[in-house]
Amino acid sequence: MSQPNVSKPAVPGPVVSAGAARPGAAASARRDGWLRRLPLLPALVYVFLITQIPFALTVYYSFFSWNLLQPGSFRFAGLQNYAAILSEPSTRIAIANTVVLTLLAVAISVVIGVLVAMLLNRELFGKGVIRTLMIGPFLVMPTAAALIWKDTLLNPIFGLVDYVLSPIGLGHVDWVNRFPMATIVTIEVWRWTPFMMLIVLAGLQSQNLETLEAARVDGANAISMFRYITLPFIRPFVELGALLGSLFIVQTFDSIFMTTQGGPGQATTNIPFLLYLVAFQGFDVGRASAIGVFAVILTMIVASFALRTLFTIFHVEARR
Amino acid sequence: MSIATARRRGALLGGSKSFWSLLGWVVAILFFFPVLWMVLEALKSEPQAASIPPTILFAPTLDEFQSVLSRDFPPFFINSAIATIGSTLLVLVLGLPAAYALAIRPVKRARDALFFFISTRFLPFAASLVPLYILARDLHVLDNILALIVIYTTINLPLGVWLLRSFLLEIPNDLFEAARVDGAGFFDELIGVVLPLVMPGLAATSLICLIFTWNEFFYAVNLTSSIAATSPIFLVGFISGRGLFYAKLSAAATLASLPVLLAGWIAQKQLIRGLTMGAVK
Amino acid sequence: MHNPLADMLFRLPERAPVNARPLSTRLVGLVIAVLAAAACSPGAGGGGGGGGAQTTITLAAVDNPQMEDLQKLVPEFQAQHSNIQVKIVILPENQLRQQVTQDIATHSGRFDLATIGTYEVPLWAKNGWIENLGPYIQKTASYDASDLIPGVAKALTYKDSLYAVPFYGESSFLMYRKDMLQQAGVTMPEHPTWDEVAAAARKVNDPGKGVSGICLRGLPGWGEQLAPLDTVVNTFGGRWYDPQWNAQLTSPKFKSAVSFYVDLVRSAGEPGAANDGFTECLSIYNGGKAAMWYDATVGASNLTASVAQNTGYAYAPVKETKFSGWLWAWALGMPSTSTRKDAAWTFMSWATSKDYIKLVGTKLGWSHLPPGTRSSTYQLSEYQNVAGPFAKVTLDSIAQADVNHPTVDPVPYIGIQYVGIPEFQELGTQVSQQIAAALAGTATVDQALQQSQQFAETAAKNYKK
Repeated sequence: MSQPNVSKPAVPGPVVSAGAARPGAAASARRDGWLRRLPLLPALVYVFLITQIPFALTVYYSFFSWNLLQPGSFRFAGLQNYAAILSEPSTRIAIANTVVLTLLAVAISVVIGVLVAMLLNRELFGKGVIRTLMIGPFLVMPTAAALIWKDTLLNPIFGLVDYVLSPIGLGHVDWVNRFPMATIVTIEVWRWTPFMMLIVLAGLQSQNLETLEAARVDGANAISMFRYITLPFIRPFVELGALLGSLFIVQTFDSIFMTTQGGPGQATTNIPFLLYLVAFQGFDVGRASAIGVFAVILTMIVASFALRTLFTIFHVEARR
Repeated sequence: MSIATARRRGALLGGSKSFWSLLGWVVAILFFFPVLWMVLEALKSEPQAASIPPTILFAPTLDEFQSVLSRDFPPFFINSAIATIGSTLLVLVLGLPAAYALAIRPVKRARDALFFFISTRFLPFAASLVPLYILARDLHVLDNILALIVIYTTINLPLGVWLLRSFLLEIPNDLFEAARVDGAGFFDELIGVVLPLVMPGLAATSLICLIFTWNEFFYAVNLTSSIAATSPIFLVGFISGRGLFYAKLSAAATLASLPVLLAGWIAQKQLIRGLTMGAVK
Repeated sequence: MHNPLADMLFRLPERAPVNARPLSTRLVGLVIAVLAAAACSPGAGGGGGGGGAQTTITLAAVDNPQMEDLQKLVPEFQAQHSNIQVKIVILPENQLRQQVTQDIATHSGRFDLATIGTYEVPLWAKNGWIENLGPYIQKTASYDASDLIPGVAKALTYKDSLYAVPFYGESSFLMYRKDMLQQAGVTMPEHPTWDEVAAAARKVNDPGKGVSGICLRGLPGWGEQLAPLDTVVNTFGGRWYDPQWNAQLTSPKFKSAVSFYVDLVRSAGEPGAANDGFTECLSIYNGGKAAMWYDATVGASNLTASVAQNTGYAYAPVKETKFSGWLWAWALGMPSTSTRKDAAWTFMSWATSKDYIKLVGTKLGWSHLPPGTRSSTYQLSEYQNVAGPFAKVTLDSIAQADVNHPTVDPVPYIGIQYVGIPEFQELGTQVSQQIAAALAGTATVDQALQQSQQFAETAAKNYKK
């Protein structure tokens, strides 16, 4: 097998082997291409089949009007569903809420997650227990956790938070209703910080200590070591956490459903909750499909932009 | 991690161990507190669990746990275990090679493949649920645990591929060179070089996938009824419309979290083991 | 060429399974139809139940204490009917309704029985989604359908035939702390008006001690906040739609009712009302933090002993009507797609029979009896002993509730605390979200009702001629 070039430009695109001008190199390059593709194919084909068929059906239904509660209501509606969602203020409100919730929750949980990961990266007494405790918020079922938050913790009459804060004069504060979005963000940050922490911690664990040692020998202090060595090192993991976390936080539903029910008014109605209203209370399959397709298009635009400009992990370096 | 490495890390990062340990415990307990409160609620009686003011000191009782256990829970848990372990294994088996093909020996259109994987997570579940439901019904896979395994694998593969890819990218090229020189093929490379080094990454990925599928509710409730129902469905069945239920729900949630807690404990042991850098040079 | 995907896509979801489907599904559908026909025809054996064959029926049930009791007593049923296995899937109300609706509307046949409410029964009977139980009741002499409380039976009837059998029934009434009211020098009549209740609440309201005058639901949801609120609207003379299906949410009477409710909650109600449903209010009342609680009659069975001792019961407060309690029943209905109808009927008739009620009493305790279904329950002396204080008010409230004539002025819909149209699930939740904002103080009642009026008009556009 030919040795690949060691130094490669960081440019996405075809991987070129050395000596491409040699006869038979084209065939060998093609075979190399297929050998590279082979490990990817099972996952790719699998995901493609199982996601695109339902998605195609969803797109299909979005052009029809069909209410499950009205038998025989299945009829072609063209772009009616899309016109309806674009004209309703509920859609705009839901999009705005989704953006606010996602940005806040991701940003805050990333920051806290990184800090905690750095803390847990050290030698601590009972490190194993601490780490397992930290995963706690992440492993409880979201529905149960949200209900615990709303009723047993945040309720202004019988909640624990009220009980603890009453002596210092902050009693009977209606947290959930006066600060609905803040409440949801808090619950999501609480739930997702362990996720961010796990990813960054796994990355930190693979950090090469020698670079750090060399820097220390050169006289660097803790802060500059963090800024110039550790931070760039964990950047890909932070980005990964932020990216994956955003994917999930955009779909936040359980905490909203169990605490505010999208209210008061529509203050915490995000796209998934709006979809729930339309699909599972209105049983309007056509409109729900249209909202879903609309959400996908919007997310694609935002994601493409974000991935190509903000995220370094999206750049594929040809390593070998 | 070897003791020498651990000491080196500690010496590098400075500060006293006791101070950081204290801080670590404070942070961990703060985050864990709502979970702890939930477990405490599970040990109270129903009126105690909803008392005003909240009951802090009380004599624990297992009555509500018994009440929860009197509902036949083993089938739910077994179904969850099958769906979770099955889909996580599938994610690893399909995802690790895929990540390899996107990180270490990237294919031509790696970026497109990565974007495609991510894009499958853009569609909110509620939008595709009815079409999916009808599809499952026509394929006669309603109330079948295999359908759940298939769906969960699909949901977690993009996650797994991206995560594993990031961890694979951290493996230094030199190790692959060394393996190459020794004449290793693809599988030797995978098992001999990649696997040991990517263990923390594998552990983190498996744990995350495990947790997501264990707690997944909406696909489960829509695609199953009595035979393949999983533990979130069991849990949610305690939310009563006409009666107090906080203690029972907490007890059920505690029970449901125990297997995942165990998995978390095992996984974080893998997170402690880092790369033994000494071997590289 | 036969294209299964196209078949799937172009299938119209109508009642009868007579449209284009993949071949295998068509065959299965044919078999199901044959079996269903065989099972439904009078005199036929129990579709699979005869001859010792095992039938398994699946029941989708809502989680409430009565259903939990039923689950405990299923072994008794299976002891008597060894060829019928019963599997119960328990879900919270929202998920249950969604699952059962989806299942029935797409003819998936996952469930042989389901707990459905008085809201669904007329709608689903009209669609032919649930079985007409009249023939079954006629076959079962011991069932005694005339023993069912008339108001409840009427709510489960469509075109003079019963389509679901009641398992649990409730109305609404006012629970109040006799001791707290006495201390404030207030007496509560047995049939109070809302003005009297509001005055009492304001007098007893003591924020300094953390005690609210009254606890009222505010949690968004057509089954949560709108249940009590709608009864207030009705008794204030308001209505959702006039006979021509014009939305009436900005009419003076509707507005006056909602303003009254919001003002009462904000001045003498519990803090955080916009998140409180039945369970939260129960906790608050049980904890002695509210002097009064207007809610479901079954709330009385959930009170702790010390609170119950001091609690008095009054009929649902009124204004322009004589009675205003709501009516809700969870009933067992049989989806018409079930292939085990006879077995399902055996179970559902057992679970709603007089014998079952006595079984609950002897095995689990007389306070566990499912309320609001049969008149004979209220004649059992053992039940009178435990439910004495509130049994009479409960029974009367249910008896006086008329889903067909809920309002002062005529309306084109049925339902007391809901509007009996399919669109109401979404509409009710949207409107209750708006009113929750008014309760939380982030919107005025006018703003909330303006927005709600628009929602209501959109919802009814299919009914306007």
